[in-house]
Amino acid sequence: MKKLINAVEAVEEQMVQGLVKSTPKLAKLDDHLVVVRADKKEGKVALISGGGSGHEPAHAGYVGEGMLDGAVCGAVFTSPAPDPILEAIKAVATDKGVLCVVKNYTGDIMNFEMAIDMAKDEDIKADYVVVNDDVAVKDSLYTTGRRGVAGTVLVHKIAGALAEQGASLEEVKEVAEKVIANVRTMGMAIAPCTVPAAGKPGFELADNEMEIGIGIHGEPGTSREALKPVDEIAKELLDKIVADIDYVGKEVVVLVNGMGGTPLMELYIINNYVHDYLAEKGIKIYDTMVGNYMTSIEMSGFSITLLRLDDEMKKLYDAKADTPALKR
Amino acid sequence: MIDNAKLVEQIKAIATRIEAEKDFLTQLDNEIADGDHGINLARGFNAAVDKLPTVEGKDFGTILKTTGMTLVSTVGGSAGPLYGTAFMKAGVALKDKTEIDAADFVKAVEAAIGGIQMRGKAVEGEKTMLDALIPAHKAMAAAVEAGDDLKTALEKAIKAAHEGIEFTKTIKATKGRASYIGDRSIGHQDPGATSITYVMEAIHSTL
Repeated sequence: MKKLINAVEAVEEQMVQGLVKSTPKLAKLDDHLVVVRADKKEGKVALISGGGSGHEPAHAGYVGEGMLDGAVCGAVFTSPAPDPILEAIKAVATDKGVLCVVKNYTGDIMNFEMAIDMAKDEDIKADYVVVNDDVAVKDSLYTTGRRGVAGTVLVHKIAGALAEQGASLEEVKEVAEKVIANVRTMGMAIAPCTVPAAGKPGFELADNEMEIGIGIHGEPGTSREALKPVDEIAKELLDKIVADIDYVGKEVVVLVNGMGGTPLMELYIINNYVHDYLAEKGIKIYDTMVGNYMTSIEMSGFSITLLRLDDEMKKLYDAKADTPALKR
Repeated sequence: MIDNAKLVEQIKAIATRIEAEKDFLTQLDNEIADGDHGINLARGFNAAVDKLPTVEGKDFGTILKTTGMTLVSTVGGSAGPLYGTAFMKAGVALKDKTEIDAADFVKAVEAAIGGIQMRGKAVEGEKTMLDALIPAHKAMAAAVEAGDDLKTALEKAIKAAHEGIEFTKTIKATKGRASYIGDRSIGHQDPGATSITYVMEAIHSTL
């Protein structure tokens, strides 16, 4: 393992410290890997997200005006325990309540549920939504269901904008669920990532191989295939996304997301094709985001996210955001 | 009968065993999920051992509850709430006791299973720790019913747990992170079923 770190045990702490030092607008809670806005804003629903670390800039990089009020950072790829989540809820809670944006992983849901139960015992109004945008995973009543991946960033953006305007907890939850119902993502990788504490990559790929349907935790994907030109790979991912919900004639936000180890050059090549593909399908592009928004440490790969918009989501998407990782 | 001093010894034995198997458990997890099971569990049980001096001499309920809360706080992921809830529920079942017999032990395991199912919403056959723990509990309960002592009953439970681990190789995961790879999880043994079996073996080693 070759990484620019000091000690495996210090990775998460030093990462959070470094992020907070990068802007006076963020602060870290003492004794917890929780990032909050330096100036707490009252009179609004507080939005929290979190999960394992290793997805930077998610989620702490999205703390700030128009998006999150707090982010809980677990160990790399490991859900934080209920205690730091509870501390985050307590730190940002207002009388309008707290909404947690949780990605659909067994561990995240269990830990957030436990923390929310504890918060309710302390008379804090708290609720949560579960993001499950990954079409690579078959959705079924009998499985854990789809993973939450890059589409989560758009939930932060749009629900965050409505929360900033002073909407109620019920209204913010409703719009978050609307984004979740309209956002789909699929990803792939050509090279794995190494969890610092594990010291070895999560899987191995030969030079001519790729994993399709990858998540954001270095776990294997749904299938292994021979590498092919990236337009064909992007087509494979897009075909699955547009087969899942009807985008035709609709306006969408496109998010071409890098997994952490993918050059922007390659992401732009992918975006070039995505635009051609959507034009041919009669899907109108409202806006495009290209970059590393939801990463998997240094994994080489990408995901494509399409959010189907309506007028309300458009307005909220356009609203002001001022966070380290996303400004509008 | 086992007393509260023995329980403290057993928690230490579990931590030692999990630490020893840390890399193997992580490797199993890597094959089908995100490769952190051994690392997280070792961190949690070591933290639980660090907490033991504060509860030594207390009743089973207090010791198990403290261990469970420490696991929830330090393991993270899904193993934290699952293992933590298991120990906490076992603690509720053994509240105020300073020594227990084989029947109490069986009751505590039953409570632990209930806690795991409540938290994880899984049933048998989904490639989880329950595929080792539920058959182990059944074997243990039958043995105790038939008059076996705890050590013998636990031996039968461990045998059933190993059969459970073998069974997890033949099925695909429908719960937890391994469920994302679908049929590709077949052929791999479940890390959670494996670690819970080590927990039982560690307890057995102290008897």
